[in-house]
Amino acid sequence: MALSESLFARKFGITAHDLENWLGEALHSGGDYADLYFEYVENSSISIDESIIKSAVRGVSLGVGVRVVSGERTGYAYSDDLSAEKIRHACRVAAAIASGPAKVDKTGLSEGPKRSVYPLLDGSFTLQDRVALVERADRAARAWDHRVFQVQASFVDNVRHVLIATSDGAMTHDVQPLSRLGVRVLARENGGRPQSGYAGGGGRIPLEAFTGDRSPETWAAEAARQAITQLEAVDAPAGEMTVVLGPGWPGILLHEAVGHGLEADFNRKGVSAFSGRIGQKVASELCTVVDNGTIQNRRGSLNVDDEGVPTQENVLIENGVLRGYLADKLSGRLLNAASTGSGRRENYQNIPMPRMTNTFMLSGESDPADIIRSVPRGLYCANFGGGQVDITSGNFVFAASESYLIEDGRLTRPVRGATLIGNGPEALKYVSMVGNDLRLDEGIGICGKEGQSVPVGVGIPTMKIDRMTVGGTAA
Amino acid sequence: MIDVQIAVDAVRLALERGATDAECTLADGDEFSARVRMRELETLKEAGSQAAGLRVLMGRRAGSGYTSDLTREGVRQMVESAVELAGIATEDPFAGLPDDNELGSWDGDLKLWSDDVASLEARFKIDEALAAEQAALAADERIVNSEGASFDSWTGGRAFANSRGFAGAYRTSSCSLSVTPVARQDGRMERDYWFSLARSHAGLEPAAEVGRRAAERALRRLGSRKLPTCKVPVIFEPRTARTLVGHIFEAVNGDSVYRSATFLAGRLGERAASEQVTVVDDGTIPGLFGSSPFDDEGVPSRRTVVIERGVLKTWLLNSYAARRLGMKTTGNAARGVAGNASIGHGNFFLEPGDKSEQEIVRGIGRGLYVTELIGSGVNIVTGDYSRGAAGLWIEGGEFAYPVSEITIAGKLPEMLTGITQVGSELEFRGSTASPALVIGEMTVSGR
Repeated sequence: MALSESLFARKFGITAHDLENWLGEALHSGGDYADLYFEYVENSSISIDESIIKSAVRGVSLGVGVRVVSGERTGYAYSDDLSAEKIRHACRVAAAIASGPAKVDKTGLSEGPKRSVYPLLDGSFTLQDRVALVERADRAARAWDHRVFQVQASFVDNVRHVLIATSDGAMTHDVQPLSRLGVRVLARENGGRPQSGYAGGGGRIPLEAFTGDRSPETWAAEAARQAITQLEAVDAPAGEMTVVLGPGWPGILLHEAVGHGLEADFNRKGVSAFSGRIGQKVASELCTVVDNGTIQNRRGSLNVDDEGVPTQENVLIENGVLRGYLADKLSGRLLNAASTGSGRRENYQNIPMPRMTNTFMLSGESDPADIIRSVPRGLYCANFGGGQVDITSGNFVFAASESYLIEDGRLTRPVRGATLIGNGPEALKYVSMVGNDLRLDEGIGICGKEGQSVPVGVGIPTMKIDRMTVGGTAA
Repeated sequence: MIDVQIAVDAVRLALERGATDAECTLADGDEFSARVRMRELETLKEAGSQAAGLRVLMGRRAGSGYTSDLTREGVRQMVESAVELAGIATEDPFAGLPDDNELGSWDGDLKLWSDDVASLEARFKIDEALAAEQAALAADERIVNSEGASFDSWTGGRAFANSRGFAGAYRTSSCSLSVTPVARQDGRMERDYWFSLARSHAGLEPAAEVGRRAAERALRRLGSRKLPTCKVPVIFEPRTARTLVGHIFEAVNGDSVYRSATFLAGRLGERAASEQVTVVDDGTIPGLFGSSPFDDEGVPSRRTVVIERGVLKTWLLNSYAARRLGMKTTGNAARGVAGNASIGHGNFFLEPGDKSEQEIVRGIGRGLYVTELIGSGVNIVTGDYSRGAAGLWIEGGEFAYPVSEITIAGKLPEMLTGITQVGSELEFRGSTASPALVIGEMTVSGR
């Protein structure tokens, strides 16, 4: 797709010549590097609550962010007005970080090859089609069990057009679809205390793809099942014990325990518990962890990152040994390494930084059933809420929302929600079995860092950790 | 300054296109951020933005649109979009706007704006950040690194108009200074932060003080141990007590109440907390961050006592939740710019008691003093509470050593009735606040 076919050329008349001029303006006081990030996002959100379509919102947000890098310094400005005058003004504001003679621009912009890991949507999926999805979810959850008494379902989708031009001569544009269907259910028994369940998924997929495993009925049933299961739950145990994580979404453990700590901005500053530990053993030999932004249709995938660099597969931990960091252009340069295609930002108002895409552990060789059978007493975690990490101490938590006691090698009673806590560079050393059943999550992950949210994916096979602190109340 | 007329015009256009009611929110603002790290300027960011959101009612069906394009054409598209979306919504017998007699504005100067914020020079703001970081780095030789310091400022405006004749606007300003130093001892690192936030530059704590307190907090975490699993009294310092006050807000949020999605549902008029606990929402305190002349539906802000000496007095409501529950709005409507209003708070706080923090620690004998909480393990539906924690162990009424990699757990209904003491010092660093407090017993999980 040539620039002339992009929305920014068609709707705003932006040409390659304009981009070169603005980059020149951005570097008029010197600096090592400048880039322009144009963004146009069409967003739609439909939700059902108490079987009523209470909320339907549509809107557009657009703007351009201008960045100038001079040494370790960054100047940034943005405008939500794409007139030439406002863009030039933003370029001059960002340029204030640098001081010196103008940097002479080089030969002009060229478009590199680009893969295609998600479809172009054709706009044929109507508002009524979206309404039908949430109505079906509502009906299916209520039909699943008579104890279900509240259902909220939402369908949120957007198309994000980006155009990135950089002073090192690259120009790229991309159209990134993203959608997600979510169902939240409350259930109660005979007017007793309610319990909740949540399920959902999506990705960078055609909107027609919410069928089969991704149908509203599938996630409605899953949310209802979780809520009903919790009606029987007993208090969670407290203290150190063996923990088995189920496949899929519990991969959030990797995201918190190692992923954030390996982001190169923290490591170039030496403030991560993983700083300076490349080549060292930080996990058991059974652990190989990668971050891969190139998987077709995944929520965390991108053709190019938000600095215009193609995404790739990055090996973070290989057979227990720390192999590499996730870098954007700035942190890569300051660490004498290349960008790993990990520069991401929430939107045009924000400076990109190293972020994860889809982070997961490769399959091992154990049969998942054998893993559970091997545990005399412990906790099996099937589903999680969110997690968080203090990258400096390395301490991380994640909240188990559906878990079961393991007694004599069998799953017995469901337990109430509890937080698990561990230390990043230590926790994975206690991994003693890894299943042969790697699964990626359903496509609901949102990662927050320094106030910026980006969509991500996680995944994990069934995994046994011999020692982890479980934060229940049953001491 | 944002022009409320744009909102008035958007509402009029919506009515012309067949809406029976409409409400429009405008927001704009200019942000500035200077970030330094290890005594060098790292990032300068400066920009302005604006946005509009419109909600229309076609009878009892609601639709919404938003845009950052406030030209006539941009507003027209937003109106069309909202009207189209109302066409696919379902009739909702409770959809509507507040009653005409509920609309209005708090009368009086809320001191939300200070000229000194907009007039600060970039160089000065950079120097403030440098001074704060330098104070942290110089505090102790074990402060070996820093995640940086930043000075941020914001000036902006909000305007709102609806089809019942309400039109209003106000400006706000704020600035903040924060530092995150890193301390190291025996090969282990710990970080912590401190910040000051105010509506006016004059209201900020001195840079050196911000840096000193950040360093002190990072240093006192060094050499931490993991505790054995136990049940003990837990003291929440103001910074962590504030998060509990946030959970109380979620539990009295009218949207959760009518869905029975809060552990407090059905408990109005009953004892929900210990006698030490009085919780107030007040959107009318001059100069604070939760203050505003009217809420995001055009209803005047006010003071509402939510829990009085332990007894649950009211929910916090917007007009929708109020109609749904057969009550009156408490002026707590909130939204970005687009969509149905949700429920927010003004300045939401726990009233101070009579003991200093020092007296509380001395009186507790043995227990845990919590300085940091991480993770999302709080379920407002059931009240189940379990979070990652770090803090200080108290032995013989004194701080003995720092602790980390532990969790604290309990059940919110019992935690609230189990509050045995409330501290005497209340300080606002944001729109929620709490003095230190003590919960008689919680499960601490560790080794």
